[in-house]
Amino acid sequence: MSSGSWVQNHPRPLEWLYHLAESIFLRLDPLFRRIGYDRVERLVSPAEDLFKKVIFDCHVCGQCVLHYTGMTCPMSCPKNLRNGPCGGVRADGHCEVKPEEWCVWYRAWERSRKMPRYGDEIFDLQPMHDWWHEETSAWVNMLREEHGEIQR
Amino acid sequence: MARTDNSSGLAVGSNLEKVLRAGHFAVTGELGPPTSADRSVVEEKARYFRGTVDAINVTDNQTAVVRMSSISVATVLLQLGLEPVVQMTARDRNRIAIQSDLLGAAALGVKNLLCLTGDYMTFGNHPTAKGVFDMDSLQMLSMVRDMREKGVVQSGDEMDVPPRFFIGAAANPFAPPYEFRPHRLAKKVKAGADFIQTQIVYNVDRFAEYMERAGDLGLLDDVFVLAGVTPIKSVGAARYMAGQVPGLEVPDEIVQRMVDSGAGIPEEDKAARRDARRNEGISICVEIIQRVREIPGVAGVHIMAIEWEEAVPTIVERAGLLPRPSV
Repeated sequence: MSSGSWVQNHPRPLEWLYHLAESIFLRLDPLFRRIGYDRVERLVSPAEDLFKKVIFDCHVCGQCVLHYTGMTCPMSCPKNLRNGPCGGVRADGHCEVKPEEWCVWYRAWERSRKMPRYGDEIFDLQPMHDWWHEETSAWVNMLREEHGEIQR
Repeated sequence: MARTDNSSGLAVGSNLEKVLRAGHFAVTGELGPPTSADRSVVEEKARYFRGTVDAINVTDNQTAVVRMSSISVATVLLQLGLEPVVQMTARDRNRIAIQSDLLGAAALGVKNLLCLTGDYMTFGNHPTAKGVFDMDSLQMLSMVRDMREKGVVQSGDEMDVPPRFFIGAAANPFAPPYEFRPHRLAKKVKAGADFIQTQIVYNVDRFAEYMERAGDLGLLDDVFVLAGVTPIKSVGAARYMAGQVPGLEVPDEIVQRMVDSGAGIPEEDKAARRDARRNEGISICVEIIQRVREIPGVAGVHIMAIEWEEAVPTIVERAGLLPRPSV
């Protein structure tokens, strides 16, 4: 689990990077639509996977919510909880299932408090996960969502 | 609070809902189903709840140990004229199975539902099982709320007769991150919770602080909070809960009270020592009920006398909560 990563514990640059990437993707959307999302996905996925796996221990769920969850991947939680911690968090902030690891949500909460732009999005409700789009690019799926091709 | 759609102002009209909306201090109990197909165990345990509680939670394979299913035990309780709260976890069923079971539960007469994520498989008797976790408890709350209010299943397909449940959720003020816990409660209320049953309260001060934060967030007008309580049966149980159960906080002075309760009774008089421990466990429980009752926003108590259901009548009586209101 990557919850101890130094980069994640200093989430402000990540927040800025997310914001930048989001605006680039939205601006390039007309071009991507012309090329076709499937083709764009083949180009984007390897870079996205590599970056997110190294920094976030990404599980390639295809519906990235990192900026909602303190730049901490909720799919690392044994119960895949996307809306907050379960009732079993240990007094030291560790996971009840894997006592040697931090509770994902314990770290997510701490980090969200250091995120001026997106930190309060941790209070938003995350809808049920779309398991069909696992292993696909969350960036391209964001554009698909914009066009109603994926329901959230 | 439940959006209501009839002149009575009730969302569902279960006994529990009526007791709470009438402003009575509610009492719920909890029945652990048997680990076999023995119906008589359910009938035996059910006796302790008649006239002592407003509704009875039926656990759903708690601690991931295989037991008689919650909906079937709830059906037995209905046949006995008692009101169940069905507990439903997201651990063992995906969205298709959960919704299917809930349609059936509603058709059988179940009116109260508690939505939970569920204990992890490794804590139970089938640690190698696959966990489902298709949704979390909050997503289950919104799904069930939408079934009731919009008459749709999760996919958006409409149905003629929607299941109507008085919808509950759990909350744990005693596990970190403490500052996030009241916000998580807010999320559960937003997702559709009508009532909350909390983790067992032993640290009343921390619970009072949590309720104050919940009040600051404006939640207490929107949801009924029932404080969870559990009588401690023995010194061993006190030590186990204090040291071994993540998410549970048992202050040292409570463990010490259990230890001291045997004082002055000779070691060889095992029965007398046991009775003294049990009596002290019930006394602690009654005192906690009386203290949480004074906390603004606490609408009732949820008594979880785990494998000690026979203690419930004594606790309710000694806490001055009898007779239960008929509404």
